[in-house]
Parts: sequence; structure tokens; C-alpha cells
Amino acid sequence: MSRVAFGSLIGHLRRTPLRRNLIGGLIGLVVVILVLESVSPFRQGQFATMAYLGIAVGGLTVLTGLNGQLSLGHGALMAVGAYTAALMLHDVDKPLPLPVVMLLSVLVTVVVGAVVGVAAARLHGPYIAGATLALAVAMPGIASFFGDNLGGEQGLSVSTPEAPGWFADAVYFLTAHDVTGTKYLAYVGWIGLIISFVLLANLSASRVGRTWRAVRDDEAAAELAGINVGRARVKAFVVSAACAGLAGGVMAMVVRIAAPSGFPLTLSLSLLTAVVLGGLGSLFGALIGAALLTFLPQAVTGLGQSLGLGDLQSAQLAPLVYGLTLVLVILLAPAGLVGTIRNAWRRRQSPDTAPIHPQQEAMQ
Amino acid sequence: MKRWTKQMTRIAGLITVGALVAACGAGGRPSSGSSSDTAAAEVGITKDTVTVGATFPLTGVAAPGYSEIPTGAQAYFDYVNANGGVNGRKIKYIVRDDGYNPTTTSEVTNELVLKDQVFAMLGALGTPTHSAVVDFLNSEKVPDLFVSSGSIQWGNDPKAKPYTFGWQPDYEIEGKIIGQWVAKNMPDAKVGLFLQDDDLGVDSEKGVRRYIDKQIVKVAKYTSGNTDVAPQIAALKASGADLVLGFNVPAYTALSQLVAMKLNYKPKWFYANIGSDPELIGSLLSKFSEGAVGKVNPLDGVLTTEYIPGVDATDNAWVQLWQKVWDKHGKDGHLTNYRIYGMSEAYAFVQALQAAGKNPTRKGIVDAVEKMGNDAGPPLAPFRYSADSHLGISGMRVVQLKGLVADPLTPVLVTDLGAAPIKEDDSAAKDGPPASGIPEVKPAG
Repeated sequence: MSRVAFGSLIGHLRRTPLRRNLIGGLIGLVVVILVLESVSPFRQGQFATMAYLGIAVGGLTVLTGLNGQLSLGHGALMAVGAYTAALMLHDVDKPLPLPVVMLLSVLVTVVVGAVVGVAAARLHGPYIAGATLALAVAMPGIASFFGDNLGGEQGLSVSTPEAPGWFADAVYFLTAHDVTGTKYLAYVGWIGLIISFVLLANLSASRVGRTWRAVRDDEAAAELAGINVGRARVKAFVVSAACAGLAGGVMAMVVRIAAPSGFPLTLSLSLLTAVVLGGLGSLFGALIGAALLTFLPQAVTGLGQSLGLGDLQSAQLAPLVYGLTLVLVILLAPAGLVGTIRNAWRRRQSPDTAPIHPQQEAMQ
Repeated sequence: MKRWTKQMTRIAGLITVGALVAACGAGGRPSSGSSSDTAAAEVGITKDTVTVGATFPLTGVAAPGYSEIPTGAQAYFDYVNANGGVNGRKIKYIVRDDGYNPTTTSEVTNELVLKDQVFAMLGALGTPTHSAVVDFLNSEKVPDLFVSSGSIQWGNDPKAKPYTFGWQPDYEIEGKIIGQWVAKNMPDAKVGLFLQDDDLGVDSEKGVRRYIDKQIVKVAKYTSGNTDVAPQIAALKASGADLVLGFNVPAYTALSQLVAMKLNYKPKWFYANIGSDPELIGSLLSKFSEGAVGKVNPLDGVLTTEYIPGVDATDNAWVQLWQKVWDKHGKDGHLTNYRIYGMSEAYAFVQALQAAGKNPTRKGIVDAVEKMGNDAGPPLAPFRYSADSHLGISGMRVVQLKGLVADPLTPVLVTDLGAAPIKEDDSAAKDGPPASGIPEVKPAG
């Protein structure tokens, strides 16, 4: 290969979203390592929680923000992923390698997501929400009905997998710290998050992403332009379900159990609130939303207790503050935290242009 | 756009290089084996405090009743602290809400163990919720004392869970005791079982069937969360069962009573201890029926069991102590059976802490609890703790509710898992608390 061709290839790569996203992912990885190595084990656990919520919210924000489908059933899809992982990690002496477990969680959830997606593609707006809501309500019943295999009400306990030797050595080589169970799970979660976010960002910048936006903005126009609307919707749902499956798999390991009571309707709803808080369609917003879901309740409860409130009042303070935050964000920053800041930034850069629709371009 | 990318690439490069340079100091592992077990001060213990953690449903569906347990324990610890604490150490009791959701239990238990650095967990409530953290607590070597659940998994395998101890009589021995009582006193009854579809139902059914397998005409199971129990009660009615044994949580006692009233089904009811608190059931019933079921106590005449004296036994020395403690240190509300439950766990914890000696360690308190048996305490029957079993209280007595008062029908009956015989043992029921109200246990040798 000649030097000129190589140079132009580099130049070409630099211009593509793939390149941009990979660099973003690498920076993310460095930040994750720096953060995880410098915080306490308790915070590492919280970051693991944030990672799985982030993956699920990321998948949901793509579905809702880019394709305009509202799902109230993502908690149930997470449950599918979690139960798949739990079945493979429950009372086994030699569990499969973790990437295989995660991949199977994703695959099983994709199958379920495809079935639901096909049904959802025939519906519009609130009807999709209703259909997916039914999924979220039915999920605990399924786990109880197949109680012999799925553990019923008590669920399946998950033995936390140990970090493989090469991984522990690699982390030790870089950071001079040993890998504890919690830290390992946080790494697993964040690596999963980075991989899925790079893929999602790529997808959204690709032809597929453009068809999703076209379908969201005007179905008739999209169909006239030769886009198969139904197929685009199912595709978006399946991608989103894959994220929920991965999130569920990580969740099962972080929580160490997959039980029906761990997947209440409020889980699906809080994923949606995280999407709204961060900004519809924005992956960075999804991270912000997941961070709020993870850190806010614990911080508020702690604050309540340090202010001398009783245990019960402190516990009740958390949902109150979260609800107020949500109301305030919707009132003051209707495009979500990230969306509003971005719009303000754009207005400062070029005051003439009207604010861009919050959902557009948000994926970059 | 291109310049921006270029800049970002440079920044990314700088960060990466910086991180690598900063971190490469480690390189390989040190070859000398460093000993990690330096006997530093025990986690959660200082010169003048002992920190204890607990998780309870303070909010959500499981909160009524259960959220009162930690207020009772807190009141007793306040009482002990006001009297100088244990070996000069005040007990700091941190309660966190899990809303009966195992995901939250996992998060708040992480917080208690890793951030608040508790010495031990005390009385964490719920079977599915606590299953999520029991392995974590054992791998972190945190004493996990007196789990507020009757599942046998907390105590039947101390080798797998050396730091976990059960508290109340497990569901299997309760099933056995109830089964034997029915076989003896109502041998002609056609028995229907009303079961919660988890360890509670499964273990109890196993115990009951040991004695009255042939008398059972129908088994109806419900899943918690589904509030419609009409099909189950209708099935019991259709089977002609004239004695229904309910192994269910309080909300389902109220629901089953309501549905039975609607269907005009009037069998003899026998509820397991966990679902039979008359005060709570009364308030739930009037709530569920929107006031239609008023002040009449629907549990009048119902059979149940008890393993610690309840609020109705006002002349019992233990209850008098609890009343004194609650009057002095209780917050809102009055003394209830749930608060007594919490106080009894707190009392047992103080006993264990005293037995662990002047400078308690996590391992030390586990060893001390294994030797705890016949020390005077509020339970009616002795504990079963030993190196081979971490199961809790060994028995209970059958009682009949007359109004809000429990009228004993049998002496205290004690037994163990499997084929262990049921024996009468009133020894632990006759003791009373020391005059100070604080246990006086000598360190276990």
C-alpha cells in the first residue's frame, strides 16, 4: 500500500463517526479506570449500578428519542436478561465465561424484544406504551408460574463471578490495585456500557439511524422515500431490547439475585424518567439520568439522616426529591438537562439559528 | 468540526499517556507474600460505640407492621445506651429502607457494610430481600444476626453461611407443631391449606404433612402481589374444607377473611404466627373494606401460635419491661407486637455482644451466638444455635385469639427440622428479665 493511500485512509477514518465514537469510547475507558480506582468500594458498587441503569436508559433513549416509540416495558426486558444470566450463574460450579453469559442474555432478550417489537410496530403512540406496560405487569407472574425453574417469588440467587486471572493482572499492571468483586463488576458494567454506547452512537449516525429519525418525524414521507416503516420500528425495538438484556445481565450479578420483586413497574417508569431528565435521544443524557437514579436517592436519604430526620422520613424524602427534580427539569429545561445545555450553547455560538429540535442531532 | 476532532484526539492521547505513566509504577506484583491479617481494631467498633445495621421495608406494600420493628429495636437500644451501653460502648443502630425490593436491599446493604462500616447486621427482614445479600455478608465476614424471616435457609447450613443466624421458629417446625395439634385435637377435620407460594408455603406444608397428610383435602396457593384471592378461597370452599390452615403474610389474612365473608364461607381458621397479628389485621381489614368491616374483630376465635409474649399479656414481666422501655424511649405510637419483636431481637443482640467479651470481634460474636441457648430471654423457647445449626427459636405454643388476647391452648412445644420429635418445654417461658432490664451475660469462654 502506498503512503499516499494510507494517509488518505487515515484522513478518511478520522472523518467518520466510527473513528470519533471509538476515540470517545477510549477516553471514556480511561476516565472509568481513573474514577473506579480512586473511589471507595461502596462508590464502586454504586458505579456498577449506574452502569447497568445507563445501558438500559441508553437503549430506551434511542428507541424513544430516535424512533419515537414509548416503551413502558423495559423493566420486563431487563428481567429477561437478568433471569437468563441468573439461570447460568445459579448454583453452578463452573460457570461459562462472563462474555458468553452476557451475550446469551442479550440474545434471549433480543428474541423476546423481536416478538414484542413486531406487535408494537403495528401500534402507535399510547397503544405501544399500553402493550409494553402489559409486558411489565405480566413479567412477575411469569416468574411465579414457572416457579420450579425460575425460583418463584424468591427468585434465583446469583453467585458473583470472580475476576479471571488475566483481567486482575491487567488491572494490577495498570493501577497497582487488586480487583475486588465489586470493582470487577463495576468494570464489567462500564465496559459493557462503553461498548453498547459506541455501537448505539454509530448506529444512530448511520443509514439505519437516519431511517429511524425519518420514521419518527413523518411516517408518510418516510414510506414515500422507500423506507419500510414497520421494519425500521422492529429494528429499533430489537436494538433497544438488546441493551435492556445486557443491562439485566449486569444487574443480576450486581444485585446477586433475580427475583420478581426486583422488577416492579416502577423500574420501567424510572428508566423513562431518566431518559426525560437527561434529554430525549441523548446518550450522554442517558448517563446523567442513570447517575441521578443511582446517586440522588442515597444522597438525599443520607442528607435527611444527617439533618436529624427519622429513618422513615429520610426514606420518604428520596422519592419526593426525585419527583421534584423531575418536575423542575420539565418546567425549566424541557429538552432535558443535556438537551437544554446544548441548545443554549448553540444559541451562543450562532444566535441567528432557531433552537434545534431537542431530538435531532442529539446523538452525536 | 475537523479541528475539534484533532484537538480531542490530542487531549485523548495526553490523558491516555498521562494515565499510563502515572500508573505504570506497579508493573508486576510484589513477590513477597504480605500478611493481610493484621489484628487492627474491629470494623464498626470504637472505644465507645458499636455500629449495627439493618434493612427493613419502611415504605411500600410491606411497610405496615414491619416498619414498626426497627422502632422497637431503636427504643431498646436507646434504653441500653441511657444506662451506660454495653461495656461502656453505646449502640449505634442504622436502619435503611429497602421497600421490600431485593435490588434496593443490595444497594443499601452495600452502603451499610462498605460506607457506614457496621460491625454486624441485625434483624434484616424478608426472604427474597435477604437472599440477595446473604452471600455478600458472608464473604465480607459480617455477622448477620437474627434474620427476620422464618426461612430455614438462614440456619440449616452453617458451613455455607457461617455468619448468618435465623431468629424466629422456622416455617417447617411451625408446620409440624400445627400439624400435630390438629391431628390430636381435630382428627376429623377436613383440612384446607392456604399457602404463600414461596419458602413460607413450601416449608410449612412439608411440616404439616408429616402429621395430617391424609386429612388435607385441598391446597390453595397464592402469589404475593396478586391481591385477588377469590379463586383460592372458592376452591377451598368447594372442597368442603372445614378447617383452613393459612400460612400467609398479614395482608393475605385480611384478604382471605374478606373474601370468605363475601362467599359466606365459615370454616375454622388457623393462621400461622406471621400472619395473625390481630391489631394489624383489624386495621388492614377496615382499610381494604373501606370501613365496611368496622370495629368487630374478625379474628375472634381464630387459632394461631406465639413464640414471644405479645402486648396482650400485660402481666408478663417481659411485656412490662417493653412497656417501660417504650414509654420512656418510644417515639410516635404505642407498643405493638411488631415493636416487641424488634425489642426482643435487640435484647438478644445485647446478650450476644456481652457474651463476645470486652473487646468483641466479628468472629467472636459468631462464636458467642453459637453458644447462646438457655440464657434467659424473651422467647418462649430456647434457641437452637450451635456449630451445626444456626436456626433460631426452637418452638412455640398454640393459642386461640379471644378479642385481642391470646389464650394458650398448649404448653410451649419445641422441636427441630425433619423427624425430630415434638416435646413440651416450658423452661424458657417462665424466666423474667433482670431488674435492670439489661441482660447480664458473662463472656463465653
